Amino acid sequence: MAQRDDSRSGAPYPPVTGKRRTASATQRVKLYQVGTHVAGNRLLEPEERTVQARMDRSNSLTSGHRACQGCGEALGARYALDAAMRATGGKLIAANATGCLEVFSTPFPESSWQLPWIHSLFGNAPAVASGVAAALRAKGREDVRVVGQGGDGGTVDIGFGCLSGMFERGDDVLYVCYDNEAYMNTGVQRSGATPPAARTANTKPIGEHPGNAFGQGKDVPRIAMAHGIPYVATATVAELHDLEAKVERAMELRGPRYLHVFVPCPLGWGADSADTVKLARTVKESGLFPVFEAEAGEVTAVSKIRRQVPVEEYLRPQRRYAHLFGDPGHPEIVERLQAMADANIERYGLL
Amino acid sequence: MYRQVEGSAAVAETVALCRPEVVCAYPISPQTHIVEGLSDLVRAGRLAPCEYVTVESEFAALSVCIGASATGARAYTATASQGLLYMAEALYNASGLGLPIVMTVANRAIGSPINIWNDHSDAMSQRDCGWIQLYAETNQEAADLHVQAFRIAEELSLPVMVCMDGFILTHAYERIDVPSAAPVDAFLPPFEPRQVLDPDEPVTIGSMVGPEAFAEVKYLAHAKQMQALDLIPRVAEEFEAAFGRPSGGLVRGYRIEDAETVVVALGSVLGTIEDTIDELREEGVSIGALAIKSFRPFPLEEVRAALARARRVLVLEKALAVGVGGIVSANVRMALSGIQLHGYTAIAGLGGRPITKKSLRGLFGDAVADRLEPLSFLDMDWQTVEAELRRMGAGGRSGPHAENILREAGIVAARSH
Repeated sequence: MAQRDDSRSGAPYPPVTGKRRTASATQRVKLYQVGTHVAGNRLLEPEERTVQARMDRSNSLTSGHRACQGCGEALGARYALDAAMRATGGKLIAANATGCLEVFSTPFPESSWQLPWIHSLFGNAPAVASGVAAALRAKGREDVRVVGQGGDGGTVDIGFGCLSGMFERGDDVLYVCYDNEAYMNTGVQRSGATPPAARTANTKPIGEHPGNAFGQGKDVPRIAMAHGIPYVATATVAELHDLEAKVERAMELRGPRYLHVFVPCPLGWGADSADTVKLARTVKESGLFPVFEAEAGEVTAVSKIRRQVPVEEYLRPQRRYAHLFGDPGHPEIVERLQAMADANIERYGLL
Repeated sequence: MYRQVEGSAAVAETVALCRPEVVCAYPISPQTHIVEGLSDLVRAGRLAPCEYVTVESEFAALSVCIGASATGARAYTATASQGLLYMAEALYNASGLGLPIVMTVANRAIGSPINIWNDHSDAMSQRDCGWIQLYAETNQEAADLHVQAFRIAEELSLPVMVCMDGFILTHAYERIDVPSAAPVDAFLPPFEPRQVLDPDEPVTIGSMVGPEAFAEVKYLAHAKQMQALDLIPRVAEEFEAAFGRPSGGLVRGYRIEDAETVVVALGSVLGTIEDTIDELREEGVSIGALAIKSFRPFPLEEVRAALARARRVLVLEKALAVGVGGIVSANVRMALSGIQLHGYTAIAGLGGRPITKKSLRGLFGDAVADRLEPLSFLDMDWQTVEAELRRMGAGGRSGPHAENILREAGIVAARSH
C-alpha cells in the first residue's frame, strides 16, 4: 500500500483531530475467510477485530429486517454504519434513498434502524443529507456526523444530480453507494451501473446483442474523484475489514466523502445466496471491480489482487451471465469482459 | 417603520426576522431577488446562525430543506413556475413528513410555451400536495404572511406556501412597514419540533406504509388542514393585535354585504377589481368582491357564507384547467352546493397579460347583465385563435400552436403547409 501523504489528506477540509489509522491496517490483516465461519475474526488481537466482533457494536441495522437471504446490501450497510457509529461515538444521522435498503428495513410500523434515520425520496438522499448537515452547522452540533446512502440506481442515476451538488458544495457528508448493479427493488432493471452483457429485466439475452450493451454506464467513483473531494474509496463485502477501515478513514475527514461498495444481489443476479461473499471476492480478484482509495482526486492506495482469477470464475455462477456460457455461448463476450478486467489491472496496478 | 422597498426585499427582510436556520434555494425568475436578499444577509453575518445553501436544482433545494427541518432547523426556500413543478415530488414528501417548511412562490406561468410572467398556474398545479397555500394581495401582506406562515407551519407541523404574484408584487416598489425584530420574536417563538433526528433519541422518519394504514395517514393530513381553518384566522387576529394591521385570514369581503354580484379572486388582482367595483358602485351597480386568502385549506363554509346572499358569482382566475375550465371556480362551486345562483368563470391574466380596469368594467358589466358564457376568457385575441382553429379544421395535423401562430405572424421563417 502506498504511504499516505498527509499534505494531501483532504485540504481544504481539515482532518478531524484524534486517532489516526495506521497506514498498514488493511494490508497487514490477511484473512481470506475461505472455508471459515469466522465473521468477527476472533482469532485476531482485539484491536484488529471487526466492529461486528465487539460487544459494544451498535447494531445500527439490527436483526429482523426483511432483506433476502444472502443480501450483500444488508451486509455492507451493517458494516459501514456500525463502523461509522464507532468512529463517531454514536453521533451519526443517516439519510437513505428509496430502494431495497429502505424497503426491507422499515416496513410500517417496524424499523431496523437503531440510529436516527430519514428516508425522503429516491433521488434526493444526498441533498437531504446536505440539509441535515446544514442544520447541524447552524445549531453548532458539528460533533454529529451525517451519512447518506442508497443503491446504485438512487446514486448513479436518479440521485446523481444531488450527489454531484453535494460533492461540489463541500458538504460534510459521507455518501455510501451499495452497488448491486441494477434496480433490484423494482424487479431487476438495468441501471447506469449495470455491467456489459449482464441480463436484467430490460436487457434480456434476446436479439443480436444479448444482455446489457458495451460502452455504456458510468464510473461514479472516478466521477466523484473528478470533483476533487477529500476521499473516495471502493470496497466489497468480501473484505469487511477493508470496508470498515475505509469508513473509519472517511470519518476522520471533513467534507464530502464517497464510498462505493460492491454488494452482490443473489435474487437479481441469479446467484446462490451462499455465494455473496465469494462473488464479491472474485469480482475483485478478477480485476473487474478495482478496490482503491483516492484522496483529493488522486488514487492513494489500491488493494492488490492476491490470487488472480479469470473473469469466467466470477461470471459463471451468475444466471445473469448464463447466456455467455450456454451452447454455443459467447466466448467473444467473455473475452471482452476479460479485456475490461485486464484494463483495470493495468490502470490501477492491481497485480 | 415605513419604507419604500421592493416587494422581494420586504419579503427577504421579513423572512430574516423569522430567524431561519437554513435557507436553500435555486434561482428562477421572479423569485431571485428574495433569496439574493437573504444570501446578502447571511454573508454579512446579520442572520447568524443561518446556513445559506446553493443547490443544483429546485428538487435539491426542497430536499435540503427537508433534511434541515427534520433535524430541527427552521427552513425556508422560494421558487416559482417550472421550479415548483421540479419540486413536485418533494412537495408531497415534505407535507407527508409533517415538516414545517415555509416557501415563497413568486407565481409565474408554466410552459410550454416558456413564459416568465405572472399567473397562478404554478401554485394551482400543486394545490393538492398537502401544503397550506396563502395568497398575498399586496407586498405588505406578502411580507406579513411569512411571519404568520412560520407560526401556522410549526403549530400544525405542515409546510406553508406564501403565494405572491411574480413581478406584479415581487418587483414592485411600495411603501411597506417592515416589522422590527422584537415584535416578530414575540409573535414567533423558536421552532420546537415534535420529532427530530437526534443521536440521543434515534427515530426512523419516512418508513414505508402499506394498505393497512395509508388511508388513515392521508385522512389525518386532511384533518390537519381542517385544523388550519381554525388556526389561520386566529393567527391573523393575533397578528393584527400585535402589529396593528390586518393581513392574512381565510377570506376577505369587499363591499360584499349587499352585493348582488360578487367577484371572487386571489392575489394582487383584487386591487384592480376593487377599484373597478368602486367605480361601478358609484354608477349604482350592486357589486362586491371576495378575496380568497387561503386556497388550501379551502374555506368552504366562509365562502358559502360570504356568497349565500349574492345572485351571481364571477370567479376571476389566473389559471386554466385545460379540458375543463376553472380551478378556483370548481372549489367555489363546491362551497355553493345546493345554492342556486348564476355562476361564471373568467380566465384572465395568463402568462402575464395585464388585467386592466377597462377590461374588468366590460367583464363585470356582462356578468351583471347575465350576458357571459359560463366560461370566458378576458381579452382573448380571438382573431389569432380562430385563424389557428381554421387551420386545424382544414384537415392538417395542427402541430405546435405557438410556433404556428408565430409562423402566421411571419416571425418564424418556415415552410407553410
